[in-house]
Amino acid sequence: MARFEGTKSFVATDDLKVAVNAAVTLQRPLLIKGEPGTGKTVLAQEVATALGKNLISWHVKSTTKAQQGLYEYDAVSRLRDSQLGDARVHDIGNYIIRGKLWDAFEADEAPVLLIDEIDKADIEFPNDLLLELDRMEFFVYETRQTIKARNRPIIIITSNNEKELPDAFLRRCFFHYIRFPERETMEQIVEVHYPGIKSLLLREALNAFFDLREVPGLKKRPSTSELLDWLKLLMAEDIAPELLRERNTGKLIPPLHGALLKNEQDVHLFERLAFLHRRGQS
Amino acid sequence: MFIGFFLALRAAGVKASLREYLTLQEAMQAGLGDYDIDTFYFLARATLVKDERFIDKFDRVFGESFKGVLQPRAAGPDGIEVQELPEEWLRLMAEKTLTAEEKAEIEAMGGFEKLMETLRQRLAEQKERHQGGNKWIGTAGTSPFGANGYNPEGVRIGQSTSRNKSAVKIWDKREFKNLAGDVAIGTRNMQVALRRLRRFAREGAADLLDLPGTIGSTARNAGYLDLKMMPERHNAVKILLLLDIGGSMDEHVMLCEQLFTAAKGEFKHLVHLYFHNCPYETLYQDARMRPGDAVATTDVLNKYDHGWKLICIGDAAMSPYELLQPGGSVSHWNQEPGQAWLTRLLQHYPKSVWINPVPSVHWEYSQSTRIIRKLFEDRMFGLTLEGLDGAMRGLMR
Repeated sequence: MARFEGTKSFVATDDLKVAVNAAVTLQRPLLIKGEPGTGKTVLAQEVATALGKNLISWHVKSTTKAQQGLYEYDAVSRLRDSQLGDARVHDIGNYIIRGKLWDAFEADEAPVLLIDEIDKADIEFPNDLLLELDRMEFFVYETRQTIKARNRPIIIITSNNEKELPDAFLRRCFFHYIRFPERETMEQIVEVHYPGIKSLLLREALNAFFDLREVPGLKKRPSTSELLDWLKLLMAEDIAPELLRERNTGKLIPPLHGALLKNEQDVHLFERLAFLHRRGQS
Repeated sequence: MFIGFFLALRAAGVKASLREYLTLQEAMQAGLGDYDIDTFYFLARATLVKDERFIDKFDRVFGESFKGVLQPRAAGPDGIEVQELPEEWLRLMAEKTLTAEEKAEIEAMGGFEKLMETLRQRLAEQKERHQGGNKWIGTAGTSPFGANGYNPEGVRIGQSTSRNKSAVKIWDKREFKNLAGDVAIGTRNMQVALRRLRRFAREGAADLLDLPGTIGSTARNAGYLDLKMMPERHNAVKILLLLDIGGSMDEHVMLCEQLFTAAKGEFKHLVHLYFHNCPYETLYQDARMRPGDAVATTDVLNKYDHGWKLICIGDAAMSPYELLQPGGSVSHWNQEPGQAWLTRLLQHYPKSVWINPVPSVHWEYSQSTRIIRKLFEDRMFGLTLEGLDGAMRGLMR
C-alpha cells in the first residue's frame, strides 16, 4: 500500500503523516480539525495527488442533509412529467439523483472523498452517516437496490469546530488536530509555495507575521493561507524588506495588510495601536 | 498489550472506547506503529483521542505510562549516553531559576560538575521507573534529581522548557494544554435547560416547503406545480460568558466547568472570558489570567454588540469595597469601582443574568451578593436545573 509522505507542494508534519497512513491502511475516515487556514481542505487534494487517486469533494453547508450525499429522489420532476404525460415517468430510476458518496462507492478505483466542513450542517448530520461510513453501503428504497462500495474510498472529513460532533461518529474515525505551524515548519511551507523567495524578505515578513498573531484582541488571527497570500502580494509589489522592519517610525501596520487582516475592527485596532505607539515616541 | 495504558487513559477522563482500542491493535498489527515510540505516540493519539481538548490529558497519561519503558532506551550499553543529559541546559535552567543562596548550597555539594556526576551515577544504578523516596530519580520525591521534587538543589528532568529538542519527548511538551478545560460527565441535564436558549430565527437557505406560497404560485402557474421553499429555523443565539476564577471561587470550579461544557455544544457563538471576583477594566482570555491574555473590557464592549447575551458566573462573595470603592480590588489598583464596570456591562447588554453557584439560602448573608443582585435587578440564579431554567427565561425576556 502506498504511503503518504507529503508532496512537493505540501509540508506534512510527522504526526499528520502517521494519522493519514493509519486511515489509509485501515480504511477508516480521518477527521481533521484546526484553525481556519491551516490547510485542512488542501490536505485531501494533496493526499489524492500523492497516492494517484481521484478526488471527490462534498462541501457541506448549513442546509445539507446526509441523504443528499447518498442520493435524492426528485419527486417534483416526476410529478411534473406525469402531468405532461412523459414516458420517462414509469421508471423511478430516472428520478434518482446520485450523491457524492454513491459516486465514491461506485468508482472503479478507490478515490479520495473529502467531506468538507462537516460541522456546518445540522447537529444530526454525522449520525445519519454512521452506518454508511462504517459499512460503506446503503440502501435505495425507491429502487430496492443496495449500493456497496467496490473499493473503500479514503475519506477525509474536516471540521472547524463550530459544533461538537457526536461520540458514536468520532469513535469510527481517526483524528488529527492541525496545530498552527512553528516558525521552522512555516519557513518550509513558504519555501514550497514560493521557491527562491528572498530570504531577507521572508525573514522580515515572518517576523511581522508572528508579531501580528501575538496582538491580543484580534477577531481573526491570520493563518498560513493568509501569510501565503500576503507574501505573494509582497513579491508582486516588490516591497523592500527594509520597509517591513520600519516599526520605529510608527508604521506598525505592515504594508498590504489587507491580505492579513480580514475585518475592519481588526484594522481599527491596529490603527489605534499605531497611534498610541506614535504618541509614545514623540 | 497496552491495556494498562488504555485503562489509565479512561481513568484520567479520556473517554476512549473499546472499539478505538481494538482499532489501535489493528493498526499495530498492520505495522503502522513502526516499532518507534514517536510513531506509536502519534498513532495512539490519532486513534484514541477525538477532541483536541483531551490531547493534553492524553499526553500526561502517555508520559506516565511509558516513562518506565523509555528509561532503558536512554541508557546505552555502557550505562548511560552522555548526550541524553544536556549539561548546558541544566546549567542554564538552574541559573535562571535558582537564587544566589541556592547556588551557594549547590557549591556546598560540590558544584555543578559534582551534581552532574552524581546524576549520571544514579541513572546508571537505577533500573526502573521510580516514584517517591529520597534517593532514586523519578517524580515527586525529595532526591535532588527528578521532577516536581522539593530539594532546593533539585534537577528537573523531562520538563518542557528544554533548549535541547531531541532530549524532550513530544508528549512532555504539553502543547495542547490550552485546549483542555472541561469535564464531559453529568452535563446532560444541564443541556436540557440550556436548550431553552435556542431562539429560532428564520434565516438561512431554502429548505422547508412553504405550503401557502406553493398553492399561490401553482395557481398563478396555470395549475402546473411550482414548489416554494422557505428558510429553515436556525440557531442564532450569541453568548458572552464571564467566569470568576480563583480565590473564593475554587470550590465551585467543578460545577462551573460542567456548565461550561454544556454551553459549548449548544450555541453558534460562545465567547468565554475570565475575571477574578468582579469584572474590572481588564478581562482575561485564559483561566491562568496572565497579562498576555488580558483584554480591555471596553474592547469587549465594542467587539460584541448588544445582541449578545451576557452570563456571569461567580459566587459574588467579596469585600463590599471591591464593588464600591476605587482601588478596592484584591489583585490590582482599579481606577473605578467594580460597580461602575458592572453597570456599564449591564447597560450594554440588556439581556444579562448572574449565575451564582452558592446555594441561594446563603445569598442574604453576603453584602456584596445583595449589591450585585440588586444591580442585576434580581436576575441572579443558582447553579441548579431550576436556577438555569430561570436564568434562560431571564435572558429571553
